[in-house]
Amino acid sequence: MNLDDYTARLHALAAELGLDYYPVDFELVPQNFMLEIAVYGMPVRMHHWSFGLRYIHQLLHQKMGHSRIFEVMFAGDPCHAYMMERNSLAENALVTAHVIGHADFAKRNALFSRFMGMAGGHILEQSAARAHQLEEALLRHGQQAVESVLDAALALEPHIDVHQPLYRLPYPDRPSKSALPDGDPFQQRYKTLPGECPSLPSVPQRHRIPPYPEQDLLWFIARHAPELQDWERDIFLAVREESYYFFPVHACQIMNEGWASYWHARLLREADFLPPELYLQALRTHSDVVRPYGNERQLALAINPYHLGFAIWEDIIERDGLEAARRICAEEDDFGFIRNHLTARLAEQLELFSFQARADGETRVTSRDIHDVHEAILGPKYNYGVPCILAECMNDDFSLVLRHDHARDGRGLDLAPAAQVLEYVVRVWRRPVMLHTVDFRGTPRTLQTTQSDAVRTSARPA
Amino acid sequence: MRNDWYDLFSRGARDWLRHNDKVRDAVRQHLPEALAGPDLMTGSGPKGVQVPLKLLEHARFRLSSEHGTTGAGQGPGQPGDLLHSPYFDDDENGAGNDAGDITLLMEFAIDEIMDWLWEDLQLPELEPRGKTALDDADLVRAGWDKRGARSRLDRRRTVKEAVKRRAIQPQAPPFTNDDLRFRQLVPAPRPVSSAVLFFMLDVSSSMATAERRLAKTFFFLALHGLRRKYQRIETRFLAHAAQAWEFNEGDFFQACGMGGTMASTGFRLAQEVLQQRYDPANWNSYLFYASDGDNFAEDRAATEVLLATLSRQMNYLAYVETLPGMPRLVETEMGRLWKEHAQRGLPMSSAVLVEGDDVFNAIRHFLVQQAGT
Repeated sequence: MNLDDYTARLHALAAELGLDYYPVDFELVPQNFMLEIAVYGMPVRMHHWSFGLRYIHQLLHQKMGHSRIFEVMFAGDPCHAYMMERNSLAENALVTAHVIGHADFAKRNALFSRFMGMAGGHILEQSAARAHQLEEALLRHGQQAVESVLDAALALEPHIDVHQPLYRLPYPDRPSKSALPDGDPFQQRYKTLPGECPSLPSVPQRHRIPPYPEQDLLWFIARHAPELQDWERDIFLAVREESYYFFPVHACQIMNEGWASYWHARLLREADFLPPELYLQALRTHSDVVRPYGNERQLALAINPYHLGFAIWEDIIERDGLEAARRICAEEDDFGFIRNHLTARLAEQLELFSFQARADGETRVTSRDIHDVHEAILGPKYNYGVPCILAECMNDDFSLVLRHDHARDGRGLDLAPAAQVLEYVVRVWRRPVMLHTVDFRGTPRTLQTTQSDAVRTSARPA
Repeated sequence: MRNDWYDLFSRGARDWLRHNDKVRDAVRQHLPEALAGPDLMTGSGPKGVQVPLKLLEHARFRLSSEHGTTGAGQGPGQPGDLLHSPYFDDDENGAGNDAGDITLLMEFAIDEIMDWLWEDLQLPELEPRGKTALDDADLVRAGWDKRGARSRLDRRRTVKEAVKRRAIQPQAPPFTNDDLRFRQLVPAPRPVSSAVLFFMLDVSSSMATAERRLAKTFFFLALHGLRRKYQRIETRFLAHAAQAWEFNEGDFFQACGMGGTMASTGFRLAQEVLQQRYDPANWNSYLFYASDGDNFAEDRAATEVLLATLSRQMNYLAYVETLPGMPRLVETEMGRLWKEHAQRGLPMSSAVLVEGDDVFNAIRHFLVQQAGT
């Protein structure tokens, strides 16, 4: 039997076990292509030099044997799964089962469904089409121009507001007034009290943009940048749409990988059609994937999401059964999943801890308290994993004021990269841009960039 | 492997090349700093020079990690346990939190560096002399094109084209854009004058390795740059200690000698060669001289006379003093002499080389400044 036969029988088995998913397109691809899918996040995505950088890092990593990518799956209708053709048959059987688990998750999970509802189930095709458009823009407007727009858009990639819809309406023209300006009887009575002077004729409130601090910087710039061309706006909106697509993947990583690992283990266990030696090989791969430690030492300073997710799902299913697990799968994201279902007992069993690493490299275990462990796991996931930067106001001269909500993040910004990002932004905003934040000591700092500064090269040799 | 074709379309590779282009641009804008380190001549053969560079970074907003970072881990241990100490460098640490700095060893073709460096440099005081030729570009007319500046429209040709077209087209419009013909210009080398360069190096024992390296870097850049700009240029290589020799190019860059310094011997040899072969009426001549500035006191008079003579026969004399490390406070023998002559209005100039950066500055100093006058 070859992989196709196994795939067909795995599908049948999955249906028997109650897995429910959109059809999956499997494709065997060469190793390099696999690498690029992982680096770009999409099989065909826009060109940008920063991807080249990640590509070389990944290539070196792979050469050194640190990491190996077995599969990448894209949720959609149909789902697309890419597998390395150099994987052994056993590995690919495992990967197929794993992908089926992912596909089931993507159809069940509310966050995935919501974003698929907004972005449609064809993100790969759309992304490839946009990459093609960008190639044309490159020919028409030149590499410099396209690149400086992409520099800004990709630097702001995670700065979206996931609570707003993907296709959102412009700000209301006028701030809606309270329903009864003077007609409220209480107000009327209040005004006639002795000693009350007649209220001043209300000065029409100046129309502020944005009316409230705006978190979706990509949308705000696309919508309100004073001199943005249409093709430049398209780039911003393209990056934003892809960012929306990536959000559930980011926000459900532990759950999703755990769920897929649970199902590949279970599907293979129940697949009586697999020859025993193949099953044994697959099992070995499985234990490589879900082990907590990356090397021989019995200690890891990072959490393997496959391992953690797998352990939590096993725990839930053992305790409450599969139906409860499916409900959790539909309703939660990683925040709820970790906080509600990573129990103190399980954390102790898995020997989870939180640690602090000082800048000089000294690293100590801080706590084994369950709440600390929750926060340590979830810390890097808040707000799409980036500092909370808000567009605060646009002045009369169209200069833009950004504010970093440092109270919420609990820390200041790293100032050098922030200044560099402002230089990217000012080249598309084309008016002065400033950013209020605090530095690492907590001293308020204001970074300001005007366009002439930004004419300088985007990079210096180190 | 049937998937080899895939590499041809690799997006990652293309973007990586683009990244490298950007590094290259950045280097170009900061050329002296970037190239000061490596040894240009012995770096990697004659074709290129390798420069270690850091990768660029695409910046994003990120939180300050000045006070350290927190994270979640897995394994045994009690709160307060030390997991990783800054004082022990154990590579086997499970964290692997930094992937290590990757540096990029980028090779720059000598030609390319020369192009950047020599964009706006030229031989000073070059005069049209003699029959044989230095090339200087000139624009000449060559052929026609369908596009061009309006002022170069060739009406006669355009009408001809229109007539030909109308002959085969029924109900043709009198003129179309396709009929337009413009005269084209191409740069053509034009022989203007001939020049000879003398490179002279002090190889006495006081010229130690560091001094020689600076001097040779200077000669190398000057020579290759000028060769690129003026293809047919004659070069003579001289060296002196207590006596003087002439070398061919390859030996010149390897030459090292012993003994004391008699600079006048070198200048005398230069003058002899000049008189034998290069008549000042027909030749522009230049002397580039490198030394640490020491010269025997009894040689002073002879050197002074010879320099004065040479400066009248040659277009320009440049002198670099190699003082690696700290600049000296006391003026050297040769430096003083050169400055005196320069103040008298003779076409001479000097510069001090302390470190690699100065080589570029010196070249710019000699060639730009003089070209302006």
